[in-house]
Amino acid sequence: MSLTLLNVIVAVVIAIGFAAVNAAYLVWAERRGAGRIQRRPGPNINGPLGLLQPPLDGIKLMTKQIMIPGGADKILFMVAPVLAMAPAIMSFVTIPFSQGIAAHNMEIGVLMIFAFASLGAMAILFAGWGSRNKYSVMASVRAVSQNISYEIPMLITAITVVMMNGSMDLKTISEAQAGGFWHWNIFPSLQSPLMPISFIIFFICSLAETNRAPFDLGEAESELVAGFHTEYGSMGFGLFFMGEYANIVIGASLTTILFFGGWDCPFGLFPGVWWFLLKIYLLIATFIWIRWTFPRTTIYGLLNLSWKILIPISLFNLLLTAGLLKVF
Amino acid sequence: MNPSLAVTATTAAPGLLTADGLTGVVFLIMVATTITGGIIACCARRLVRAVAGLVVCFIGMAALYYFLNSPFVAMMQMLIYVGAVCITIAFAIMLAAPEEKVKHGPSSPLSGPLGLITAGIVAFGMVVMALRTTFTKAPKVNGGSVKEIGIQLLTQYSMVFELVSIVLLIAIIGALVIGRAGRSK
Repeated sequence: MSLTLLNVIVAVVIAIGFAAVNAAYLVWAERRGAGRIQRRPGPNINGPLGLLQPPLDGIKLMTKQIMIPGGADKILFMVAPVLAMAPAIMSFVTIPFSQGIAAHNMEIGVLMIFAFASLGAMAILFAGWGSRNKYSVMASVRAVSQNISYEIPMLITAITVVMMNGSMDLKTISEAQAGGFWHWNIFPSLQSPLMPISFIIFFICSLAETNRAPFDLGEAESELVAGFHTEYGSMGFGLFFMGEYANIVIGASLTTILFFGGWDCPFGLFPGVWWFLLKIYLLIATFIWIRWTFPRTTIYGLLNLSWKILIPISLFNLLLTAGLLKVF
Repeated sequence: MNPSLAVTATTAAPGLLTADGLTGVVFLIMVATTITGGIIACCARRLVRAVAGLVVCFIGMAALYYFLNSPFVAMMQMLIYVGAVCITIAFAIMLAAPEEKVKHGPSSPLSGPLGLITAGIVAFGMVVMALRTTFTKAPKVNGGSVKEIGIQLLTQYSMVFELVSIVLLIAIIGALVIGRAGRSK
């Protein structure tokens, strides 16, 4: 547990670098994926396969003037994008990428990620309010009610996994699933047969928590212009975008650790971090695939799904899991 | 001034770049964050900014808990106070008052110099008390691990645990009653 100053600095730099590079290139992946699904090329001009697009976009965003709308709450307007990005970086600190690759392994890793994820809703609220724009306020009210209602089933299903593994430590949870496919939490042979249900609930909730389509009611271009970031240009908008993708990476990492065995390799080849990254990016590819396949739901459909279906099922799931643990 | 005040400060202050010194700096930053947040929350003219100040204050307090080697309490502070309480307050403000409310009207008689004097006296009293007390190290109740906290909560402190859940139950019932009253048949 001894953390020297150098360790801290290296860990912070790596976390920020990983988050930023991922955010930049996931935008590229998203646009390419969207292009493929919609039978058009996507960004393919700058560099091979369009790989130079993200840095060019970054330069463009950074050189643009920051416009603050008249009558806006300046401080909140400027703070909100930072608040969207910073918690995402904080969460990277505790994610174990491999046996030895974790900036700071915490005993309460699951709790920490949820604690910082809850700050994201605050950023959306401040952005919507600070912009002094009716569309933004409506969008942020929507996004926050969505975040609050999906946090509950997500936490409850996370608790079922924590109960199965008897720990909140992400590293311990990963280690407990070592030894091939059938030891992973998602597969019911050795674990509780309810785990696939937990996984589906968790996956839906992580889609909703990261404000991804089909649950992107906070952005809803067709009704609310661009939602809570309507008034943002230049790097303020860029930070919201990067925060969204960093959150997606965290959601995928958490799903990997809780259900897919973390860094465990199914065939005994290339142990460690490569498998972890492979699993993350497969999950993210699924996120992108879902976004461009399903249409957006309505806000009532969204809230009903959470309160009337997901929360009761996840509560039953929790009770049954507790019962199973007690009996066996 | 009072010589007895200086008694506790006999040990030499550690250098700024030693481990103890840096710890002190970190601690002071956390305290400053908490106090700044609190001041913003009290003095802000706009309600949303007051909530923002409250968020800063709670984050500072979470940092203090973490500093005091109880990460579980720190994360709970973040999850409950920042993630739930503050967001609910901000949500309520947005739903209820879409226009910014700026404080108007005559201020209460306590808000002038009288309030300042009272605050000064209270602050002075607390400082004197803090400096005169000889602080003893409290015994460590448990290792601070989640497992031990859970065991303690469900054995020794189970009564407290149940009482807290009754408070929450009452809050839920109250919310339902208020929400029900607004409905037309």
